[in-house]
Amino acid sequence: MSKVVIIDDEMLARSIVKEYLQKHPQLELAQECNDGFEGIKAIQQYQPDLIFLDIQMPKINGFEMLELIEQPPAIIFTTAFDEYAIKAFEAHAIDYLLKPFDQDRFDKAVAKWVEQKNTHTEKATQELLETASHSPGQNQRIVVKNGSKIKIIPVQDIFYLEAADDYVKIHTKEGYFLKNKTMNHFEEVLDKLQFVRGHRSYIVNVQQITRIDPYEKDNHVAVLRSGAKVPVSRGGYGKLKAVLGL
Amino acid sequence: MSISPLSSRRFRVIFVVCWLVLMADHAMVLHWLTLPWKEAIIDSLISNGILFLFCLLILNTLRYYLPQKEQVVNLFAWCIFFTLIWLLLARWLLKLSLGYYENYSGMLHHSVPIRFSIAFLLLGCVTMISVLWQTWAEQKEDESRKTDAEKLAKEAELFKLRQQMQPHFLFNSLNSINALIGSRPAEARKMVQQLSDFLRGTLKKEETQWVILREELQYLQLYLEIEKVRFGNRLTTNIETNETAQQMKIPALLLQPVVENAIKFGLYDTTGETVIRISANMENNELVITVCNPFDPETSTPKQGTGFGLKSVQRRLYLLFGRNDLLVTETKDNIFMTRIKIPQQG
Repeated sequence: MSKVVIIDDEMLARSIVKEYLQKHPQLELAQECNDGFEGIKAIQQYQPDLIFLDIQMPKINGFEMLELIEQPPAIIFTTAFDEYAIKAFEAHAIDYLLKPFDQDRFDKAVAKWVEQKNTHTEKATQELLETASHSPGQNQRIVVKNGSKIKIIPVQDIFYLEAADDYVKIHTKEGYFLKNKTMNHFEEVLDKLQFVRGHRSYIVNVQQITRIDPYEKDNHVAVLRSGAKVPVSRGGYGKLKAVLGL
Repeated sequence: MSISPLSSRRFRVIFVVCWLVLMADHAMVLHWLTLPWKEAIIDSLISNGILFLFCLLILNTLRYYLPQKEQVVNLFAWCIFFTLIWLLLARWLLKLSLGYYENYSGMLHHSVPIRFSIAFLLLGCVTMISVLWQTWAEQKEDESRKTDAEKLAKEAELFKLRQQMQPHFLFNSLNSINALIGSRPAEARKMVQQLSDFLRGTLKKEETQWVILREELQYLQLYLEIEKVRFGNRLTTNIETNETAQQMKIPALLLQPVVENAIKFGLYDTTGETVIRISANMENNELVITVCNPFDPETSTPKQGTGFGLKSVQRRLYLLFGRNDLLVTETKDNIFMTRIKIPQQG
């Protein structure tokens, strides 16, 4: 027996998956979830083997939900229309069902999962998330886990980002949050006219800068509205000046 | 201000060549009338040199001032005036520089009418060329503006078409129908009907049309009913209006983006139950329509001003009524409110 979780915000969309699942007695439905938050809880609780996941959902979308799960299970995406998501799925050979879909197509997706079950790597999911995070609309907010709570940070609320080992510290007015990503990732994803990597270990939100002071020889420091001081290297100073039009 | 014909290299070359021919001709005629070569050339240089400057002056002035059709008489008078000034100036200078030559004064005196006529013809020609050139340039600019506007309109139309298709809404609705077919076929059939009526309504309407509020509300009702099927009991709608307001006219498809916005932020992006309120009333000969939806302050922060992407609605209202105050938005306790005023004629 394999455990399955369905995550979709539309009741009828879940019910069609449930209906199609009846033909697969080896798949046992552990829970249906209304949104990403319930999804995270259910995945932690049941450790399912397979999830059916919608992309467009309230508060946090399917991709953002996956980012918050440490070891995501195998996924079959279900979506109505999302050019970028579909491109990402195709690039990483992960199966997806385009709504509306019929029993045949559903069976094929399940068969594909059975076939690849043992070779399924988490790497593919990670790569998928990396690709998906580059799509437009994905760079407006960052979703982080703060203990057991989930926090959604709109990018304009970010003061600056700081490298911290395998994590990145996201500094905001409510303190900092940790996200399991690299500085290079954020440098790529965030709007380059608003977020400048002024230092190997720092990315600063230029809208928060009140002034840039010299600091020791060759270096500078950006003083933010909050009073925080963010180091700026020599190369970074050039980049900042270019963005600020100095 | 527009460009002068002098900005064209070809025109400049032709202009200068004509002038050289004129000068040579002038000197030759004087020589034939017994004036020695030296004096003839000096006379030609002075007369035509000044005339050349006057032509430049006219060309330049007409860059800033293009007369209307009725003012052709003005141009005529203008040419006579310039010619007279030229004549006085040239005569004075010629007397000054060639007065030493004995028969010159008499000859100059006799040639005044001829000089005047030729100068008048030349200045008139230059004025005419300049006016024609300006008119042509203006027409060209008008045309390019028109093409630009047409292109913009086409792009807007394409965008509208894509928007109307609303792929996300359409495919999700089809998916709901698919789910209903198995369990509740009667409801599935009803939803197919609603979806078809809704899509037909979008395709049929032109943005230039005006419709009565009752029609528009009936049409939006279809859309809301479909969303109710998709989201079950999560969505409640509350429409308040009265008989007078229902008879008022509004631009077709104006309310739809507003209600779609309300659904997008109030239903798609929240969990739990959602109430969307629509009310319509008459206030001082204006139809006032209010749409309220809850929103999640954690995931979507309505920006100051219009917010929530209602720009296109505001733009349309501005184009229709020339007023920028017809759409206002407000947020209060997690409720987002859009208020639209539509002035009624008569």
